[in-house]
Amino acid sequence: MSVPAVLALADGTVFRGQSIGAKGNTTGEVVFNTAMTGYQEILTDPSYARQIVTLTCPHIGNTGTTPEDLESAQIYSAGLVVRDLPARWSNWRGSESLGTFLERGRIVAIAGIDTRRLTRILREQGAQAGCIMTGEKADAAAAVIAARKFPGLKGMDLAKVVSVRRAFQWNEGSVWPESARTLRSHQRLHVVAYDFGIKRNILRLLADFGCRMTVVPAETSAEEALALAPDGLFLSNGPGDPEPCTYAIEATREFLKTDLPVFGICLGHQILGLASGARTLKMKFGHHGANHPVQDLETGRVLITSQNHGFAVDETTLPANVRATHRSLFDGSLQGLAFQDRPVFGFQGHPEASPGPHDVKPLFERFVQLMVRRLQVQLRQGPAAAAPTQSPPRQPAVSR
Amino acid sequence: MPKRSDLKSILIIGAGPIVIGQACEFDYSGAQACKALRSEGFRVILVNSNPATIMTDPEMADSIYIEPVNWRTVARIIEKERPDALLPTMGGQTALNTALDLVREGVLEKFGVELIGAKRESIDMAEDRERFRDAMTEIGLESPHSLIARSLEDAFTIAGQIGYPIVIRPSFTLGGSGGGIAYNREELEAIVARGLDASPTGEVLLEESVIGWKEFEMEVVRDSKDNCIIICSIENLDPMGVHTGDSITVAPALTLTDKEYQRMRDASIAVLRKIGVDTGGSNVQFAVSPHDGRLLVIEMNPRVSRSSALASKATGFPIAKIAAKLAVGYTLDELKNDITGGATPASFEPAIDYVVTKIPRFTFEKFPAANDRLTTQMKSVGEVMAIGRTFQESLQKALRALETGLDGLTSQALPPPGEECDGKLTHELRAPGPNRLLYLADALRAGWSFERVAELTHIDPWFLAQIEDLIAEERRVASEGLAALTGARLRVLKRKGFSDARLARLIEMPEQAVRHKRYDLGVRPVYKRVDTCAAEFSTSTAYLYSTYEEECEAEPSGRRKIMILGGGPNRIGQGIEFDYCCVHAAMSLREDGFETIMVNCNPETVSTDYDTSDRLYFEPLTLEDVLEVLEKEKPEGVIVQFGGQTPLKLCRALEQAGAPIIGTSPESIDVAEDRERFQALVRELGLRQPANATARTEEQAVQLAREVGFPLVVRPSYVLGGRAMEIVFNEDDLRGYMNHAVQVSNDSPVLLDRFLDVAIEVDVDAVCDGEQVLIGGIMEHVEQAGVHSGDSGCSLPPNSLSEALQEQLREQTRKLAAALKVVGLMNIQFAIQNGIIYVLEVNPRASRTVPFVSKATGLPLAKIAARVMSGRRLRELGVSEQPAPRYYSVKEAVFPFVKFPEADPILGPEMKSTGEVMGTGRTFGEAYAKAQSASGVTLPRQGVCFISVRDRDKPGAVQLGRRLIERGFSLLATEGTARALAEAGLECRRVNKVHEGRPHVVDMIKNDEIDLIVNTTEGKLAILESNSIRREAVHRRVTYYTTLAAGLATCEALDHLDEVEVNRLQDLHQEAINL
Repeated sequence: MSVPAVLALADGTVFRGQSIGAKGNTTGEVVFNTAMTGYQEILTDPSYARQIVTLTCPHIGNTGTTPEDLESAQIYSAGLVVRDLPARWSNWRGSESLGTFLERGRIVAIAGIDTRRLTRILREQGAQAGCIMTGEKADAAAAVIAARKFPGLKGMDLAKVVSVRRAFQWNEGSVWPESARTLRSHQRLHVVAYDFGIKRNILRLLADFGCRMTVVPAETSAEEALALAPDGLFLSNGPGDPEPCTYAIEATREFLKTDLPVFGICLGHQILGLASGARTLKMKFGHHGANHPVQDLETGRVLITSQNHGFAVDETTLPANVRATHRSLFDGSLQGLAFQDRPVFGFQGHPEASPGPHDVKPLFERFVQLMVRRLQVQLRQGPAAAAPTQSPPRQPAVSR
Repeated sequence: MPKRSDLKSILIIGAGPIVIGQACEFDYSGAQACKALRSEGFRVILVNSNPATIMTDPEMADSIYIEPVNWRTVARIIEKERPDALLPTMGGQTALNTALDLVREGVLEKFGVELIGAKRESIDMAEDRERFRDAMTEIGLESPHSLIARSLEDAFTIAGQIGYPIVIRPSFTLGGSGGGIAYNREELEAIVARGLDASPTGEVLLEESVIGWKEFEMEVVRDSKDNCIIICSIENLDPMGVHTGDSITVAPALTLTDKEYQRMRDASIAVLRKIGVDTGGSNVQFAVSPHDGRLLVIEMNPRVSRSSALASKATGFPIAKIAAKLAVGYTLDELKNDITGGATPASFEPAIDYVVTKIPRFTFEKFPAANDRLTTQMKSVGEVMAIGRTFQESLQKALRALETGLDGLTSQALPPPGEECDGKLTHELRAPGPNRLLYLADALRAGWSFERVAELTHIDPWFLAQIEDLIAEERRVASEGLAALTGARLRVLKRKGFSDARLARLIEMPEQAVRHKRYDLGVRPVYKRVDTCAAEFSTSTAYLYSTYEEECEAEPSGRRKIMILGGGPNRIGQGIEFDYCCVHAAMSLREDGFETIMVNCNPETVSTDYDTSDRLYFEPLTLEDVLEVLEKEKPEGVIVQFGGQTPLKLCRALEQAGAPIIGTSPESIDVAEDRERFQALVRELGLRQPANATARTEEQAVQLAREVGFPLVVRPSYVLGGRAMEIVFNEDDLRGYMNHAVQVSNDSPVLLDRFLDVAIEVDVDAVCDGEQVLIGGIMEHVEQAGVHSGDSGCSLPPNSLSEALQEQLREQTRKLAAALKVVGLMNIQFAIQNGIIYVLEVNPRASRTVPFVSKATGLPLAKIAARVMSGRRLRELGVSEQPAPRYYSVKEAVFPFVKFPEADPILGPEMKSTGEVMGTGRTFGEAYAKAQSASGVTLPRQGVCFISVRDRDKPGAVQLGRRLIERGFSLLATEGTARALAEAGLECRRVNKVHEGRPHVVDMIKNDEIDLIVNTTEGKLAILESNSIRREAVHRRVTYYTTLAAGLATCEALDHLDEVEVNRLQDLHQEAINL
């Protein structure tokens, strides 16, 4: 027989459904994601730490789960809310049901509620704290109190919480390498990737493009990172508020003094913004989905992107040497930035997708090109002559 | 890039008549395109031969031509109108092929017309199967192993390489026409022969079979800046092997991981780029191996399609409208998403938070001999769509929306458990027919294992598990009974989509009992909005569906409102004509300041465009679903008379439930429908009816038949659209009918009517406001009484009736309207025999001919009627009767026989046509010639005409023969007819009937020795004997007629084949008004 569960929001709204994951309680910021595929990727995306994710697509769990689709070693989402978990999954790659996957990951989850009503509440009132309680004795009043106790993500530094403790190497490419052209260098480019909650698909794609990665903890100092002799630095996505990540902002400021290409995604993009002197702000309910149109301001083209962020860089605060490269067509918010005077750029959405469309994948190619160009300059001038490049990085043409 | 300023006028080509594979979805897309382009200030010119479309309404385009859709006619329109551009992507395969012809014939170049939306090169590459496959290989996409055959010999060689089963796909045909799956050499020969014939290029593609693979479709839109978006993914529940038009499909795709979905998305976009679809919507189809995920591209359509109409309705994203704007230069980021009130741009991918299920509707009962197994050639005539928050809910809603007597996964008639039953189930699961899903449910009920069912059907286990769960729930409901239906339990069941009727059947109680209990327990649906964005943004658009959830978003207004019940799925006998009427009702009442509420479940239609009415409830038209909408909206009026039988069937129950039905009272409808009451009325008015009787047993029928006299029209009393209606000529036939065709009982008696032979049939459409009557038009049928009115051609004004006779018809119409106190539309069918008028039937509701009459005269009958129903008077509306126009409009029916090669293409009292066309001209002959051409009939200019007629037609045959000889034909006839012709002094060759020895007439048809066939016949045996003649004629595309009248009309048409005048509809209407 199914175990009952309740979901309570800080505003006192209560939903009753069935437990479909681990037993117990969980609290977090309740957000919704409108992506219609990729629940396993979403659950294992570290950026969802301390967030209870509501998936608006009604059937979740149809294809089961597979180790191939993990975006990290574990489920990071604080909880899952869905309309329906089907009794049976079906997919040739699948190895385990979503229910078992949740139980093994000790994630509390609820199904059977009016997720559209929940979504409308979040849309109108903004993301808010919530609590899922499971079991016959799940008490709505207690759940509301628990939800209200959740402090919220503003000011919360989660990057260092989810980050690796010790650096490691990564060389593995995509599950299904795309037919897209990959840059094959004889000597692989070395990328030092800051793990603020990095998704594996970022690493896989960089590997596809001929990079080898050293993934380092969030609090790694600039000095330590530079000592690894990278060809480029990568600032990953991650959960929480970027502002308290002072260690990362400090390190980034140091990188900006070198000629090294730097690429930031999501939280990494926000840290780039903060390091440049711009400010970030908390959004009402953020962007969470796989259908967000973003305009490339240079070409005018529209890219459909995967998004997952609750904070954003305030475009009006960008310093003179940093320009906006992309904007959201949903709300006009800043989606991409590039330094005019150095090979440094960031993107707010998720070029690595997973889940989501691959439209912005060429940004990885751009990062790789910047690293290759730096090496070419060094080769011509000798390592000693290496200095920050003065010409603004050129946007690569989007591959057709 | 903003709108192009170098274009001022654009020609849009419509899809022509409704046929299998090309239905009213192209009216929906074409109408959207017209509206979109006109709103941008372009002069829009439209050609479409189908008068029942909204797009051919005079206000939809600046110049409308109801003319045959072929390159010669369109070339004349181009010469007259000189458009700057031609948009060929809105009218299905017909428009694309016509556009290609225009390019090839140099017409576009000659008149400097630019092809927009799709380039010739793209169309060619997408449609030419060999080029398409090569293009896919170039971009690294796999397609099934295949080779092109241009002859039967080729086909055998290729089959030797690829192996059986093998799929046959002719190039450039619509709805997979002429295609199929061959399991052996014999089938290959038959299908390839048909396919080579069907393909305009004489090519078929023979393809490796991937039967049983998962099948998906992606709806993609691309703009001139290379922005590509996926509007919707669609998954076929029926795996590869069944045409997607015949498959149950769901949206969004439900059994793909993100990696698989994105791979398919990338592939779809790559296909569009490769094919070079610069702007507009396209559809790409894929097969996916369930074992290793291997992805194959099957085909793509570089135009809007049936699937794009479905995708538009499924997501709320108007693909055709956006595609039209992209074709004139806009890019996606410059366009707004209407449904969110412009809060979001059109350049995004809709996210949906519900499940949509589409189920096709078949009408094999109309073609008993037709092969009803589903293959790669489409056979369905319509479809329903349902929206639910879960697959189970949407599936069960769709099943009951079909109106085929299902209340859910209704059990099929099966032999008692045992070998025979197992055999039947195995066959139905393995070789899918129209009801595979229902047999599947029965197999699960019979305890078949999941694995066995999966093995036979190849349906994805995900879907099977959902169905298995429904069966388990049914079992529980049946065993626990009504008492177990607590509020919580009912809620669970309703959330899985169980209808009150289904639950009632399971617990063997009346539907009412379940409904009352549900009401008592307060288990009621809520309405959610379709908003393209899964609630991420707010929407002011009231596009709603019911579900059992917590929050209702209906937000009904306090305005004066009228609800219109639509016609449900298209089927033979009830199609686009009724949707046209519903749309007109919505438009006129909206203009009058009412809030209009549409309830319908047919995704192909204009009525289910969220723009058509103020509010759209996408719901099944069952009593339960309609009552719930009524309860939510509480309109001041409900219109049930415009959507055909579907809403009419609900009329009485709705009235009992207190629904404010407006227009003609149900009481009057009853008088018109009840045989005895109607008979009394006719007598009272001093009118005539054919002699008739009602029989409840076979003996009684025989007895009564003697009194009434043969021939007789016989039909069951519950008949719809001529179902099971026959003409019997003698007692043996009658007994046969009573024994085999119907199950007669006290509750369902059989009606016997004296058949008026050699009578002229007439239709009159009129509007009455309770007092004053407005006669819309009198239509004289081409075919004589005995052919279903929907299947016969007709002429407005009548081409042979005297003015005196017409005045009598008007007078009788007025009398009947007044007596029945009709408020709104009415249609009367008369027969005239030897100058005497008989009333056949009166229908106080919208008829199939309303749009034709409106197009022929310019009188918007349905709009006028809707206003009258809302309480206004004809006098006040300022409409008055007009004299008949001086030009002729001829309607002709279009038949699906090509798709059902096994069925007898003879016409009779049972309707078989799927669509209609209209031709206009200064003479009947000219209009008839155009109508023939528009319906796809090529009239031969000379050659051999084969005549074989029943005895009573012999005098007419002489007349026909003489006229044909005058026009340069030579005659060929079977013995009896030959003798009659010879006696009249006409030169004529004799040929054997099929059973008289060889060479016979069918041999001659096969050898292309016959150019025209007129074959009339009566009586079971004679019909059976001559069947092969008609079938061969269909197969060899020899023009044939099964009535003498049509043959005679054709003689008139032959004199007008060279007439080149194309008529602008607005000019014709102006002329009619100025009379």
